[in-house]
Amino acid sequence: MSVGDVTVVAKGLRKVFAGPGGKPVRALDGVSLSIRPGELTALVGPDGAGKTTLLRMLVGILAPDEGELQVLGMDATRDAQRIQDRISYMPQRFGLYEDLSVEENLNLYADLHGVDPQQRRQRFDRLLAMTDLARFTHRPAGKLSGGMKQKLGLACTLVRSPDLLVLDEPSVGVDPLSRRDLWKIVQQLVDDEQLSVIVSTAYMDEAERCAQVFVMHQGKVLAEGTPSALRERARGLTGIVSPPLDTPARDLQAKLIDASDLIIDAVPSGGNVRFIRQPEADKTALSKLFDGLSPTDRPEELEDAFMMLLRQHHVEDAPPAATPEVHQGQRERASNDDKPVIVVRDLVRKFGDFTAVASTSFDVRRGEIFGLLGPNGAGKTTTFRMLCGLLPASGGHLEVAGLDLRTARAQARGRVGYVSQKFALYGNLSVQENLQFFGGAYGLRGDALRARIRAVQTQFQLDADAVSGDMPGGYKQRLAMAAGLLHEPDILFLDEPTSGIDPLARRSFWRTITALVKEGVTVVITTHFMEEAEYCDRIAIQDAGRVLALGTPKAVREQAGAEHGVDMNSAFIAIVEQARAKGHEAGAEKVA
Amino acid sequence: MSQSGFAQRMAALIRKEVRQMVRDRSNLAVGLLLPIALILLFGYGLSLDVEHAPIAVVMGDTSPPARDVYAAFQGTPYLDPHWAGSMQDAERRMLAGDLDAIVRVPPNFSRRVASGDARVQLLLNGIDSTTATSVEGYVSGAMATQGLKMADRTGSAPAGGGVVVQQRMWFNEAGISTWYLVPGLLVLIMTLTGAFLTSLLIAREWERGTLESLFVTPVRPLELVLSKLVPYVVIGLIDLAMCLVAARWMFEVPIRGSLIVIVIASFLYLVVSLTMGLFISGVTRNQFQASQMALLTSFMPAMMLSGFVFDLRNMPTVVRGISEVLPATHFMNLIKTLFLAGNNASLVLRECAILALYAVVLIFAARRTLRKTLDR
Repeated sequence: MSVGDVTVVAKGLRKVFAGPGGKPVRALDGVSLSIRPGELTALVGPDGAGKTTLLRMLVGILAPDEGELQVLGMDATRDAQRIQDRISYMPQRFGLYEDLSVEENLNLYADLHGVDPQQRRQRFDRLLAMTDLARFTHRPAGKLSGGMKQKLGLACTLVRSPDLLVLDEPSVGVDPLSRRDLWKIVQQLVDDEQLSVIVSTAYMDEAERCAQVFVMHQGKVLAEGTPSALRERARGLTGIVSPPLDTPARDLQAKLIDASDLIIDAVPSGGNVRFIRQPEADKTALSKLFDGLSPTDRPEELEDAFMMLLRQHHVEDAPPAATPEVHQGQRERASNDDKPVIVVRDLVRKFGDFTAVASTSFDVRRGEIFGLLGPNGAGKTTTFRMLCGLLPASGGHLEVAGLDLRTARAQARGRVGYVSQKFALYGNLSVQENLQFFGGAYGLRGDALRARIRAVQTQFQLDADAVSGDMPGGYKQRLAMAAGLLHEPDILFLDEPTSGIDPLARRSFWRTITALVKEGVTVVITTHFMEEAEYCDRIAIQDAGRVLALGTPKAVREQAGAEHGVDMNSAFIAIVEQARAKGHEAGAEKVA
Repeated sequence: MSQSGFAQRMAALIRKEVRQMVRDRSNLAVGLLLPIALILLFGYGLSLDVEHAPIAVVMGDTSPPARDVYAAFQGTPYLDPHWAGSMQDAERRMLAGDLDAIVRVPPNFSRRVASGDARVQLLLNGIDSTTATSVEGYVSGAMATQGLKMADRTGSAPAGGGVVVQQRMWFNEAGISTWYLVPGLLVLIMTLTGAFLTSLLIAREWERGTLESLFVTPVRPLELVLSKLVPYVVIGLIDLAMCLVAARWMFEVPIRGSLIVIVIASFLYLVVSLTMGLFISGVTRNQFQASQMALLTSFMPAMMLSGFVFDLRNMPTVVRGISEVLPATHFMNLIKTLFLAGNNASLVLRECAILALYAVVLIFAARRTLRKTLDR
C-alpha cells in the first residue's frame, strides 16, 4: 500500500456558511494539520468548533472555500470518488435504513463496498459478536435502541477494513455502557488491523485513548500533540480541596469559579472540588480564598488542559454565569417544614404491554437538586413527564408540591416550571415576545407580568430585543429557563439541559442552578453527563424502568463498590451491569 | 472489476429500494390503490355527456304539425320533454334550475309550416354552457330530422334552402366523452403515481441522513438514480396494465392503435414522470416540499394544460407555449391518437422522440442533484 507517512495533509482550510439571520459563520478559519497512518487521531472541541465540517471535507462531501486538502495522497475535491472507494465514514447521525433489518443493512453496505461474499460471513460474525447484535439480525434497524443503532452504524462502516476510518462523534447521545462498547470495537480493530482512525469527540476520556489529539475551537486548531504532551500545560496548576463539614461541594465550587482571576476552573467531584489555578495567581490571595481549607495537588488530566485552552481562547459566546441575588422571598417562608415537595410511590407507566416505568418510589426534599440518571430508554423521560403532569400514570401515587397529580393536575402544574430537552420557544420571536407569551400561558397579566419579565431579564442578563433563534446555545438555554421561572414555581424540571452546549456554557449553567437552589427552588434534572451528578444532593439511577440506586452521589458510588473510586461514570456502569446480571440470573431461575 | 462492482452495487441498491417500497404501506397504496380509485372516479363520475336533459315545450299551437315537434323530442334518449302550460310557468321552472331549455312553438306555427318558413324559439339555460351547447345540438338535430320527415310527407322543400348537412363524427362516432377521457386518465395516472411516489425518495434520504453515509462509499450518483427508478417502473407498468384493462373492458373504449406502441410510449412517459419526481426530490431535499411541488408541477398542469379536457387551441398563446413544454401534452396527444384514431407513424415517432429526450435530460438532471456534496 502506498499510503506513505501521512494519511491527511491540510493547509489553510477555510469554510464560511450562512448562519442564522444571514450572518456568515466561519466554520473553519485557517486549519492546517497532518495526520499519521496506523493510529488513532482525535479531534476534540466543543460544539460548533468545526470538527464535523473538517471531517466532511476529509471524506470529500464538502468543498473548502480556500486551502488544500490531501487524503491518502489524493486531492479531496478532485479525487473525491477515488478517496471514497477506499475509506469508511460514519456521520454523526449514521444513515441506517430503519425499515431494513440489521442483516439487510449490513449486506447493503457490504455490497456497496464490494465485499466478497465468502469473506463476508466471517466478517459479519465478528462484527455482530463485537456489537452484541447477533440476537437481533432480523430486527428492523428502526426498532433498535439508540445505543444499538449507533453500534450497527459502526458495524456498517466496518464491513471491510478501510485505508482510513472517519468517525464523527460516534458516542454523542449514547449512554456510558454503549459508549464503552463502541470504543472497545474501535480499539480492537486498531490493534488487530493497524487501522488509521480519525475520530471527533466531546469526551476527554475518549481523546485520552488516542495517539494524537487536535484541540479545535471556533474553526481553529488551538493545540495538538499526544495526550501527555497536552496534559503538560496544566502541570503544577491542578489541585483538589475538601469543603468544610456540612457544606455541599457545589457551594465551594461556586465560590471558587466566581474568583476567576485566581481560579481557571472548578468542578465538584466525589464530594470534593477539583480546581485549576491561574499560573500567576497570588499565593496570599489564594490562601485567603481557601479560607483555612487545605487544598492538595493532584495529577493533571487532559480535561484540565482542555479547559485551560478554552478559557484562554474564549471569545464572548459562553454567557457569564447568571447569579440571581439571593432575596429571601416567599419561598423561604415554607422551607422550615421538612415535608418532601415531591412524593413518588410505586409509580407505574405502561404503554401497551411495555412497562416503561416499573414500581418506582422516591422523595425530593425542598431546596434539593435531584438528579435522574440512566441509559437511553431507561424511563427517565417518562418518569419526568409524569412528574410534570404531562403524562398520566398507569398506577401508583404521585404528589407534587403537596398536590395529588391524579386530582389536581392543573394546580400542580402551576407550581412547577418545565424546561424541555429541545429549545421549545419560538425561534422567530424576540426574547421579550417569548416571555410575554409564556407568561400569559402561565396566567400572568398586566403589571404582574411586566414586573416578572423585567425580573427574569435582569436575572439572566437577556437582551429583550434579541431574536431567540439567533442567540448562541448558552443564551437560548437561559431564555428557556427564564420562561420556566416566570410564574415563580417551587420546583423546576430540567430535561437534559446540558446536552449539546459547550463545557464553558455548562459550567455557567450549573453556576446559575446552584444560585437558584440557594434561593429555595427545588430542581429536578436529567443528564447523561455522569460527572454532573456531583452537583446533585441526591440521585436516582434508572434502568429498564426500575430505580437501581438512590441516594447521595457518595452513597451511590459506595453501592457500586470501592474499586470504582470517585469516578461517577464507572460507578454508573457497574450499577447498571450488576443489576442486569441479576436480572439474567433471575430470568434463568424462572426458566429452570 | 469496475463492471462487476457496478452490477453488484446496482443489485444491492435495487434490493434495498424494493424492500423499502414493499414495507412502506402508504407508498404502495398511492402506487396501486390510488389509480384504481381514479379510474372509477373519472370513468364513472366524470362524464361530459348529456342524457335525459329536461326541456319544456310551450305550445302556442295545438295543431298536428306542432304536436309533431313535441313527438320529435320524445324519440331521443338525450332529451326529456315536458309540456308547459304557459311561458311564465316555463320561465319559472328554468329560473329554479329544473330545466336545461325551453322550446317555444309560436301560435301561427302550422300556418307557417304550410308556407315553408316555420320557426320555433329555443331558450337555453346558459348557467352550464357545456350542457347548453350539447342540448342545442340535440334539439336542432331532432328538429332537422323532423323537418326532413315533414318535407317528405308534404313534398315541399325542407328548411335550409335545400342544402342538407350530412354529419358524421370520426374516431368517436357517438361522441362519447369516456372515449377521450379514459385515454387522458391514463396520462393522469402515469403522471400522478410517477412524480408523486418518487418525489419522496431522495428527500427522505436527505432528511434521515442516509445519503451522507451512502455518499462515502464507491456508489456513483447515476447508480442511485437508476436503482430508484427500477421498482417504480414496475409499479407504473402495473398501473398501465390496469388502465388498459379498464379502458378495454370496463369502459369499452376502442384501442385502434398498436398495443405495443402504446406500451412503449407509456414506458417512455413513465420514465419521464418518475425522473421528474426524483429531480424535484433532489432539489428540495424535503419530503413535504417535494410532494407539494410534484403535485403543482406535474399533476395539476397535466390535468389543466395537457389537453385532457380543454382544447389547447382555444388557449392564449402564452399558456399554449407552456403546455407545449409539458411532456404530458405530448403524451396526451399521442395516447388519444393511438387509442381512437390508430397508428400514425410520423406522429408516433415525433412524440416518442420528444419523450425520450425528456427522459434522458431528466435522468441527468436527477443525477446532478445527487452529486456527492453537501454544498448546495
